[in-house]
Amino acid sequence: MSLLEELYRETILSHYKSPKNFGPLADASVSIKGDNPSCGDQLELLLKLNGGRITEVRFQGHGCAISIASASMMTELVKNKTLDQALELTRQFKAMVVDGAEPAPELGDLKALAGVSKLHARTKCATLAWNTLEEAAKEAGTS
Amino acid sequence: MTSAYLIRADFPLFAARPELVYLDSTATSQKPRVVIEALEHYYREINANVHRGAYDLSVQATLAYEEARRKMARFLGADEREIIFVRNTTEALNLLVYAWGLRVLKAGDEILLTEMEHHANLVPWHLVAVHTGAKIKAIPVRGDGRLDLDSLDRLLTDRVRVVSLTHMSNVLGTVNPVAQIAKAAKEKGALVIVDGAQSAPHMPVDVTGLGADFFALSGHKMCGPTGAGVLWGRYEMLEKMQPFLGGGEMINEVYLERSSYAKPPQRFEAGTPAIAEAVALGVAAEYLMGIGMQNIWQHDRSLVDYALARLDEELPEVKTFGPRGPDRGGVIAFTLGGLHAHDVATALDQHGIAVRAGHHCAQPLHRKLGLAATARASFYLYTTRDEVDRFIEALKKVREFFKDWL
Repeated sequence: MSLLEELYRETILSHYKSPKNFGPLADASVSIKGDNPSCGDQLELLLKLNGGRITEVRFQGHGCAISIASASMMTELVKNKTLDQALELTRQFKAMVVDGAEPAPELGDLKALAGVSKLHARTKCATLAWNTLEEAAKEAGTS
Repeated sequence: MTSAYLIRADFPLFAARPELVYLDSTATSQKPRVVIEALEHYYREINANVHRGAYDLSVQATLAYEEARRKMARFLGADEREIIFVRNTTEALNLLVYAWGLRVLKAGDEILLTEMEHHANLVPWHLVAVHTGAKIKAIPVRGDGRLDLDSLDRLLTDRVRVVSLTHMSNVLGTVNPVAQIAKAAKEKGALVIVDGAQSAPHMPVDVTGLGADFFALSGHKMCGPTGAGVLWGRYEMLEKMQPFLGGGEMINEVYLERSSYAKPPQRFEAGTPAIAEAVALGVAAEYLMGIGMQNIWQHDRSLVDYALARLDEELPEVKTFGPRGPDRGGVIAFTLGGLHAHDVATALDQHGIAVRAGHHCAQPLHRKLGLAATARASFYLYTTRDEVDRFIEALKKVREFFKDWL
């Protein structure tokens, strides 16, 4: 299987074409914008928090298949998790796409993005939503 | 022109990577052997600081550096005293902003740019606008990728103090009618600055014929090393200008509390310059002049016409941007269906085709096009027709791969 086939599978392309949890979120507790200035990808992450738990999460913006699919799958994974759990998942995700670590079982479908670790030019796309999540957790912690 | 197939043999990178189809010369060009060897030769046999040593080696280094200045003057049809070595076009434009714009412009003055500018010709002017209260305006880009010159009469008011524009768009490939715009601007008494980052490597440039006051280029886009570029300026303008950076080499007399400055061009070259890089840039300019700038332009033109014709004919899902005609250089920004440019570029890379994806440092232009990003293929003197064919065939495979998602 070519790297292209490994990466651009049904999972990723369907999340790209029909992203989950996409759109505005009224009464968000935290909203944080993230962007990759070098490529123009932009997204906004909106979280509703209750006692340190993410009860609702949505995102909006534009980007490539990898950044949108990553954001879409991330929102599915971190919903109903605590911020600490979400940050641990972030660590595991980055280990996979940046360092090429074996996908942690907790990442579920996100293992479809493991091939990104072989495409250095694209790690920024895959991590955009997760970096924004880290910023949001920081903001939630200080507010 | 000597065949691009023969010219390729001058570029060691292509021998090192025989499978690569490099279509990103708009970002930076590859380097011919003579340029790589000039860097090494300088460090092996000539290296000393310039303009200061009493010893022979320093004299040799100074002669090599000043010889490079003469070569760049010949390349641009200018006087050597008007050639300032800078790092790149970005630094040249910032030099003008700091040495002229921030000092001279006032609230109510207007700066006229265009919608197709690279960020290097936008962001420095934003600094001027914020600090001085001067207002930024832009000549619109029409649907065909050319400037809307009908708007020039309205935009070019008596308050416009400077018109700064690109000679050739790094996204659309449009070659702007700089001489015509410069003439209109000079009639209003405005200064004219030309961003030549894309034109200087690809077409004959005669700065005096352009009617501009300043012209900036990046050496690394014209077969030279990174770190050396040129700002050309009309001497009487340079003479009136204050320095940008202060330090060694740009002074006449220095006291503890004050100093007087050297004449141009030294006035604008503070500190030890990128000597080896400037020398090698001179060699690059000589190499290009040897092939002939008009020949390079014709070569780029024939490749872009060929590529656009094949894309139109064989890939209706590909949308290209920019004008069709003799005022179009060898740059093709494009989209494939509804796919994001990054995904297209990654897929092409898997077939050995190097294209850039993103906004190409021209966000306002992409906003105008209604796109966050485009993919971009660009051609140069070493690009062959076979490579254009491989690009098109690879693009067809990418279309096939993503066919359910276009």
